[in-house]
Amino acid sequence: MIVIGGSAGAFQTLLSILEGMDKKIRIPIVLVLHRLKDQGSLLEKHIQLMTHYKVKEAEDKEFVKEGFLYTAPPGYHLLLEEDRSFSLDSSEMVNYSRPSIDVTFESFSRVLKEKCCGILLSGSNHDGAKGLKKIADNGGKTIVQDPDEAEFAVMPKAAIEIYKKHDVVTSNNIIKRLNYGFS
Amino acid sequence: MIDFGDLDEIVFLIQKIYGYDFSDYSRASLLRRINRFMENSKVRSVFDLKYELVNNQGTFNKFVNEIVVNVSDFFRDPSFFKSLTTNVFPYLESYPSINIWSAGCSFGEETYSLAILLKEFELLHKSRLYATDISSNAIEKAKKGIYSNKNFKEYSGNYFACGGKESFNEYFISDKNNFIVNSDLKKNILFTRHNLVTDGVFKECQLVLCRNVLIYFNEDLQDKVLNLLYDSLPINGFLALGSKESLRFSSVGDKFMEIDKTERIYKKIR
Ligand SMILES: C[S@@+](CC[C@H](N)C(=O)[O-])C[C@H]1O[C@@H](n2cnc3c(N)ncnc32)[C@H](O)[C@@H]1O
Repeated sequence: MIVIGGSAGAFQTLLSILEGMDKKIRIPIVLVLHRLKDQGSLLEKHIQLMTHYKVKEAEDKEFVKEGFLYTAPPGYHLLLEEDRSFSLDSSEMVNYSRPSIDVTFESFSRVLKEKCCGILLSGSNHDGAKGLKKIADNGGKTIVQDPDEAEFAVMPKAAIEIYKKHDVVTSNNIIKRLNYGFS
Repeated sequence: MIDFGDLDEIVFLIQKIYGYDFSDYSRASLLRRINRFMENSKVRSVFDLKYELVNNQGTFNKFVNEIVVNVSDFFRDPSFFKSLTTNVFPYLESYPSINIWSAGCSFGEETYSLAILLKEFELLHKSRLYATDISSNAIEKAKKGIYSNKNFKEYSGNYFACGGKESFNEYFISDKNNFIVNSDLKKNILFTRHNLVTDGVFKECQLVLCRNVLIYFNEDLQDKVLNLLYDSLPINGFLALGSKESLRFSSVGDKFMEIDKTERIYKKIR
């Protein structure tokens, strides 16, 4: 499974990555973006235009399926059960965020171990850094958007700071990594 | 840190000693809450955790408070409360007396929010609100009705967003740090402990709110609890779930009619 986290400045990068992905790839993607509440399904509709995946909001206790890209609903943390169904959680914010990227990275990595690929994009807070390290610790692949390319470098930098061995690359190379690794 | 493999033993232990049954709770959430608890209270290993839980009732109480997730807001999801006042209140009006159950009421934010709206729609005087939660700590705090000023502005914004007619201030007394619920708002509310997993129907109520509780349960337990909520409603009674909860997998799904699909408000029709 591919789990992507991002905040301020991540959206355009995300779209170009999805657009560049090989159409044969069907491995489930889970997306945790910090966003303002109450935009309805605007984000999902926008993403749908750029990808061959079916885009939908993750629902509580729904099973993860191939060919789907799931978004974490605003106001809830997104967790993964051992049977690969989602659980939503309305508990405290983490890093001033709900959904928190750290929470999702950690939960998914716990279940999927080396079968979890984490990608962290642009953003202006530290959410995601700890979680990405957990993915790496559990044997999963981790990719960080090059802070020089990212519109907001704080988030990618925070991840690199606490763990040096992430694969740090520009978005073009993120696409190459995905197309090489998953098709 | 513990992992999934350690969960069963801990759940079993708690059930045996204290009678709480967490075996059908979401395992992903349980694991996260237990690890959070261990980190915050500096418990290092599964062994230490089990030792503490068995030998220290105080630790156990803190543990339970942590894992049941007592997190709430005043007027959480303003659009939900707005829909409640437009789609449900007009029906409630026709009853000579109204019973309402707020199940999983946490620290009482949801219940007091409801009481405020009932008052503004001139329904509070003939309403009785039963607010229950598994957590005795939450129930004690809910009864006191004291909340930190930190979130006051956000709550006040929520209040207006859901159509509040007066001023949010009016329902509270404030000091430097806290705001406290006025006693006349409390008059018609009964806060008490009730466990949705092990206890039966609480009281027949024309409106039952059970919001952001089911997401912490697995599908089997969600279904069981939804049956309990169903049994608590008369025909034409209303059920309100959290904004990401539904009757989708439930055996009582076809016994309800959708009143507001997005806000998850249902009416019992058979
Ligand atoms: C996240 S809070 C939801 C509070 C409020 N209804 C809302 O939507 O903001 C979940 C509440 O469910 C309660 N709860 C968990 N298990 C329960 C059970 N078995 N019976 C009753 N309440 C339970 C917790 O103690 C907690 O207060």
